[in-house]
Amino acid sequence: MNAWKKHLGIVLPLLTVTALALWPVVTDNPANRESVFTILKAVALASSLNILLGYTGYVSFGHIVFYGFGGYVGIYLLTEKGWSLGEALLAGGVASGLLALLLGSAILRLRGAYFALATIGVNEAMRAFINNFELFGGPTGITLKFSVYKEYGGAAQALQTAFYIGAGLALLALILSYMVRSSKFGLGLLAIRENEDAAEVMGVVTPRAKTWAYVLSAIIPGMVGVLFFFKNGNVEPHDAFPLHSSIELLVMVMLGGQGTVFGPILGAFAYQGMRGYLVTSPVFKDIQLSVSGVLLLVIVLFIPAGAIGWLRHRIPPLRRLLA
Amino acid sequence: MQQLNLLLTSLPDGLLLGFVYGLAAMGLTLIWGVMNVINLSHGPIITLGMFSTFFIYTRLGLNPYIGVLPIALVGLLLGILIYTAAVHRVINGPHLSSLLATFSVNMIIIGLGTAALTTSPYNVDFSAGSFKLGNATILGTRIIAAIVTLAFTGGLYLFLYRTRPGKFIRAVANNRAAAELMGVPSTRILALSFGIGTMLAAVAGGLIATFFPFSILSGSGYELKSFVIGVLGGLGNPIGALFGGLILGILEGIIPAFIESSWVPVIEFVLFIFILLVRPSGLFGAKK
Repeated sequence: MNAWKKHLGIVLPLLTVTALALWPVVTDNPANRESVFTILKAVALASSLNILLGYTGYVSFGHIVFYGFGGYVGIYLLTEKGWSLGEALLAGGVASGLLALLLGSAILRLRGAYFALATIGVNEAMRAFINNFELFGGPTGITLKFSVYKEYGGAAQALQTAFYIGAGLALLALILSYMVRSSKFGLGLLAIRENEDAAEVMGVVTPRAKTWAYVLSAIIPGMVGVLFFFKNGNVEPHDAFPLHSSIELLVMVMLGGQGTVFGPILGAFAYQGMRGYLVTSPVFKDIQLSVSGVLLLVIVLFIPAGAIGWLRHRIPPLRRLLA
Repeated sequence: MQQLNLLLTSLPDGLLLGFVYGLAAMGLTLIWGVMNVINLSHGPIITLGMFSTFFIYTRLGLNPYIGVLPIALVGLLLGILIYTAAVHRVINGPHLSSLLATFSVNMIIIGLGTAALTTSPYNVDFSAGSFKLGNATILGTRIIAAIVTLAFTGGLYLFLYRTRPGKFIRAVANNRAAAELMGVPSTRILALSFGIGTMLAAVAGGLIATFFPFSILSGSGYELKSFVIGVLGGLGNPIGALFGGLILGILEGIIPAFIESSWVPVIEFVLFIFILLVRPSGLFGAKK
C-alpha cells in the first residue's frame, strides 16, 4: 500500500496518455488518429525536454536538433541500408544520444542565456551542414520508396503501426521522466537547478549529471524523429530542424508546468488543442500566431510556474497526485 | 587567378554589408549589455524596418533615406512599448521568462504582419547608382548604408559617453542596484535602452530593404546573424558589434571564393559556438 502511495504521481500521466492513445482506437476514426498522433508526438518531445529544462534548469532553444538528427540517421539506414523500422528507431535514438553526449560535454559548461544561444547555434549549424551533406541528400533530403511500406502491410497499415509506436514512445518518455524525477540522480538535477555551485559543494558531480540529463532528454526525440519522417515519407533540412518547433516545445513545458511529470503532458495537450482550434476557427485563422503570442505572454508574465505548478502551490493536498 | 578575381569582386560587397549587419547587432547587444535580456523580437523589428522603407518609398514616393529618421523614432517608441508591456515584469526573473516574453512579442508581430502583408516577397526597387572599383561594382545603396551606420554608431557613442541619459545607461548596465542608490531612475533608463536597441534594429532593417527582396519572415535570418555578430564582438559591447559585423561581412565575402556559398552558414555557426565556448566575452572583450 505504501509503495503504491509513493508512486501516486505517475498514475495520472499514465492514465491520460493511455486514454489519449485509446481514443482513436475506440472511435475507429483515422482523422482522430492523426490529431492524437500529433499530441502524442508533442507529449514525447515535451516530456523529454522537461528532463533538461524542468529538472536541470538549462534552457535548450534548439532541442529539435535531436529530433531532426535522429530522424535523418534512422531514415538513411531505413532507405539506403535496408534496416527495419525497429532497428532504425533504435539507431535514431542512439545517434541522438551520442550527439548529446558529445555536445553536452562542451556546451553544458555555459550557463543561462549563453547556453540557450549555443543551442540555437547548434541547431542552425546542423541544419546548414545537413543542407550540404550529400550522403543525406543535401537540400532535397531523403524520400522513402513507397515499397518500404509493403513490409508493414501497405501504407494504411503502416500508419496504424506508426500510431501505436508513437503511443509507446509517449509512454516511454513519461516513464523515463518519472523515473528520473523520483531517483537520486533526479534529486541531483533539481539541486543543480536551484543552485549549481551549492549542488557541487554538496557532492553532486555536476558536469556528469548535466551531461546525462542532456543525453536522456535527447534519446526519445531522436526516435520520435525517425517515426515521424517514416510516417511522413520524406525528410528534408527545412522540416527536420525548425527553430520555431523548439520554441513551441518550451511553450508546452512552460504552459503545463516545468519540472513536473504531468505538466508537459497537459501543456502538449493544451497547446496542440488550442492550435488546432485557432487554425480552423474563422475568426482567428489569420492571426492565430498573434493570439498564441498574447496567450504565451500572459502565461509568462502572470503564471510562470505553469498550470500544474500553480495548482501545486495553491492546493497543497494535490501535490502527491500531481508529481 | 579566377579565385582572386572572385575574391576581389565579392569582398567589398561583403564588407559594406557587414556595416549594416553590425548596426542590427548593435541593437541586440546593447539590450543584452544593459539588462541581460536576449531580445527574441529582434528579427521582426528588423522586418518592420524593411516594410517601413517599402511603404515610404513605393507608397509615399519619398527617397528611402528620408525614411531613416521616422523609422528610428517609431523604432524607439515601439521598443519602449515592448519593454513596458512584456519585459519589465520578468526583468529579474529567470532567463527562460525573458526569452519567452520577447519571443511572444515576436509571434504577435509576425502573426499580425502575416495577416496584413502575407508571406510573399516584397522589393524596394531603388538605385543610387554604382561605380567600378577594379573588377568590383560597388552599389551606391551599400555606400550610403555604410555611412548611415557610421553616423548612428558615432551618435550612439556620443550619446553613451557625453550625455546624462547615456551615462545613466552605462551606470545601469554596470550595476543596477548601485545606480538606483545614486538616484538613477532605473525603470525609465531600462525602457530607454530597450527603445534604442529596437531603434537600431529597425534602422538596419530599413537600410537592408534597399539591398535584397524581403518578406515578413526575413527578419529571423538577420536575427541569427545578429547573435553571431554579438558573440563575435562580445555580448554587451555595442562598438564591438560593429567590428563583429565587419568580420561577418568579410567572411561572407571571402568564403564563396573558396567553397560553395551554401557552406557559409555552417562556418558562421560553428565559429559562433566555438567563440561562445572559448571566449564568451567576445574577440574584443576583456578576459574575465
